[in-house]
Amino acid sequence: MRDVAIIGAGCTRFGEMWERSFRDIVVEAGVQAIVDAQLSGDEIEAMYVGNMSGGMFVSQEHTGSLIADFTGMAQEKHIPATRVEAACASGGLALRHAIMSVASGYHDVVVAAGVEKMTDVETGVTVDALASAADREWEGFVGATFPALYAMIARLHMHRYGTTREQLASVAVKNHRHALHNARAQFRNEITIDTVTNASMVSDPFTLFDCSPITDGAAAVIVAPADKAREYTDSPVYVLGSGQATDTISLHSRKDICTLGASVAAGKRAYEMAHVTPRDIDLVEVHDCFTIAEILAIEDLGFFKKGTGGKATLNGETTYGGKIPVNTSGGLKACGHPVGATGIKQAVECVEQLRGVAGKRQVEGAEIAMTHNVGGTGGTAVCHIFSNARRK
Amino acid sequence: MKLGISAYGAYVPRYRIKVDEIAKVWGDDADDYKNGLMVTEKSVPDMDEDTATIAVEAARNAILRGADPKKIGAIYVGSESHPYAVKPTATIVAAAIGAPNRMTAADYEFACKAGTAAVQTCMGVVAAGIAETGMAIGADVSQGAPGDALEYTAAAGGAAFVISKENHIAVINHTCSFTTDTPDFWRREGADYPRHGGRFTGEPGYFKHVLSASKMMLEHQGTKPSDYAYAVFHQPNGKFPSRAAQTLGFTKEQIKPGLTCPKMGNTYSGASMVGLAATLDIAKPGDRIFVTSFGSGAGSDSFDITVTDRITEVQDKATKVWDYIRDAKYIDYATYAKHKGKINVDS
Amino acid sequence: MSVPRFWREIPARYNLIGTKCETCGTHYFPPRRLCPKCRRQGKIVEHQFKGTGEVVTYSTVYTPGESWIGSKPYTLAIIKLDEGPMMTSQVICEPSEVKIGMRVKRVFRKIGQDGEKGMIHYGTKFVPDKK
Repeated sequence: MRDVAIIGAGCTRFGEMWERSFRDIVVEAGVQAIVDAQLSGDEIEAMYVGNMSGGMFVSQEHTGSLIADFTGMAQEKHIPATRVEAACASGGLALRHAIMSVASGYHDVVVAAGVEKMTDVETGVTVDALASAADREWEGFVGATFPALYAMIARLHMHRYGTTREQLASVAVKNHRHALHNARAQFRNEITIDTVTNASMVSDPFTLFDCSPITDGAAAVIVAPADKAREYTDSPVYVLGSGQATDTISLHSRKDICTLGASVAAGKRAYEMAHVTPRDIDLVEVHDCFTIAEILAIEDLGFFKKGTGGKATLNGETTYGGKIPVNTSGGLKACGHPVGATGIKQAVECVEQLRGVAGKRQVEGAEIAMTHNVGGTGGTAVCHIFSNARRK
Repeated sequence: MKLGISAYGAYVPRYRIKVDEIAKVWGDDADDYKNGLMVTEKSVPDMDEDTATIAVEAARNAILRGADPKKIGAIYVGSESHPYAVKPTATIVAAAIGAPNRMTAADYEFACKAGTAAVQTCMGVVAAGIAETGMAIGADVSQGAPGDALEYTAAAGGAAFVISKENHIAVINHTCSFTTDTPDFWRREGADYPRHGGRFTGEPGYFKHVLSASKMMLEHQGTKPSDYAYAVFHQPNGKFPSRAAQTLGFTKEQIKPGLTCPKMGNTYSGASMVGLAATLDIAKPGDRIFVTSFGSGAGSDSFDITVTDRITEVQDKATKVWDYIRDAKYIDYATYAKHKGKINVDS
Repeated sequence: MSVPRFWREIPARYNLIGTKCETCGTHYFPPRRLCPKCRRQGKIVEHQFKGTGEVVTYSTVYTPGESWIGSKPYTLAIIKLDEGPMMTSQVICEPSEVKIGMRVKRVFRKIGQDGEKGMIHYGTKFVPDKK
């Protein structure tokens, strides 16, 4: 198996892009990545596209062909383009497949893209589309929404570990602060704990500010064999580890409602492949679709002991100068969460941090960065570990 | 061959709205209705309750009182608010209680007496040997147009009775009916609310039929009102059954346990059935119960019932009618409108 | 939800008929037709659940999906049935009434409908069990 590197990265601004379509935004991200990798485009051999629900958000399936077409990869080159779906982990999973196709020797230069256009439908439809990431038959059917499912995790976490309303809110406060310095972020405004707790109730105990927003956006990275990476770029970012795991699709069937077993397993697999431990990670982009989700993530990935993630966040352990900066991009909460694009955007953030070009978001001396992308309430998790230095 | 009731169960939704609250909305004098109709409050279904859910809850209470769902060979559900115009409520009940597929089922409509008509059908089906036991249900989420007098009484509830040849908690000594074509109350296909003939619903409607059927029964059985421990008459309000009882020579005490309408309103097809269930809840072995229903259109079914020793074994096995009535949660008119689907949220 | 898709699961939705693996004794609700523990060695049979259990966790939903707007707010919960498995359902009570560990029992209610003219979806919800 060959080592793999990211040689180019691109990402659109995240937010409500009323004037731009599904295909517009994915083309923009793709072109950015190609320019960044200093490719002509002819080098590209294959494409993996993470897209959760083109079918429900824009009534468009077959998005592999669509994107290959509008990026100019279909008509003459006829490249293989594969749409990858694992709900909100679709982006991370597309990247993993791109990495595997290069690692196996099947292809040399492969694009991993992620895209979601969520604002072309009314909010109720969006809520319903997102609910399809849970078990439609036994969760969605009885009225389970995504906020409600995560709110039930939060409720139990609070009950069992004493996690407080303020601790949950501190996740959103911190991620909004991080996003201030991210030009791509959907929200670039500072908020307080009161902003979160006084906002309108979505699903008790979550208010609007505990939830990631509805976002349009696309991101793309280009991967190539590590041995050839410097032929394209002076600043390759190497893939040290990749892990993917599943758990039951429904929350009620889990062994432990307060632990995402898939996160634990995917993290462990990525750590093992990278030969690193949580202590070696300089920054992590985790899947904070809801405030509780970031607390679960930093616990399940081994940065903090189970039950202490909320306290650590409120104490500033997850920002610059703390134990581990979490979600320097602003996370899903403040940077935005175009579901299929999120996993790729997390990688783009790591690339910028490891290249040392993250500006005011820069984690000084960052050498190893990690991503954590979750589908549904934890039915799928995908983790990646990247470094600006090659595997020793 | 004796036919009788081997199990019974009732169900009344928790929510109540007071007559005063409805009167406030329409500028009516609440006391006029409270005194005139002898009703102070009525039951209101939850947003997710309808005739099918009420029928199922009543049927499940009958099962708690010893009915074996596997032995049910017929289910008839009487209602004037079946959730579907075409598609039986009875099959929903059958599936929800785990009745076997080897059975017959149908929905009935005869205004407020569809439930007792279902009892008579079950008696026939069981007597003929077509089914070992039959379940008759009367249930309604009654309709009354906003602002109409009916709105003060149109309530939700129902009761289920299992009819069999054995294992009786009460024997049905005899049943008889009195039927005419009298348009005192109706609802046309597709109409949301029923229309009625106002005062015409009284003498030529309710009283003519209830009194005729009741007198036929007393005559046939050679009994007099004092032979009965209790009596139940269809209760569109509190006043009509009281007056019918008085005219026939029954006392206030005899009708008291079954007179649920003043505290929960008129449950249409469920009304006399819930009254009988409430009476069985407190009856003692050997008690004789006189029942006459009434359905607009119009007809009355009369029953002469004798309670058996087994009644005491089953009474406490499921929630009793008056316990349901006491477990009340009062709501305002806005919440009532939301529960009854009178607020259009379709955008 | 389409007619056949709803219809297929009526015994489970109306009457809590789940399954049980006779090999390992584990109860499954929602029903599973393959025992994840025993896989090929499993022997799945139908099992009628009693419909009593307790609230494991809950959330009152104020922003529901499109078809649920008319019934908001409602309380969603994970219920641990007395036979062992957990299921997601609604608990009918005031938002302030529901608690972790609260005993509940099943009731038969409307879960949703396919519009005003479409099929009505009945199923199981829970109410506080005062006994």
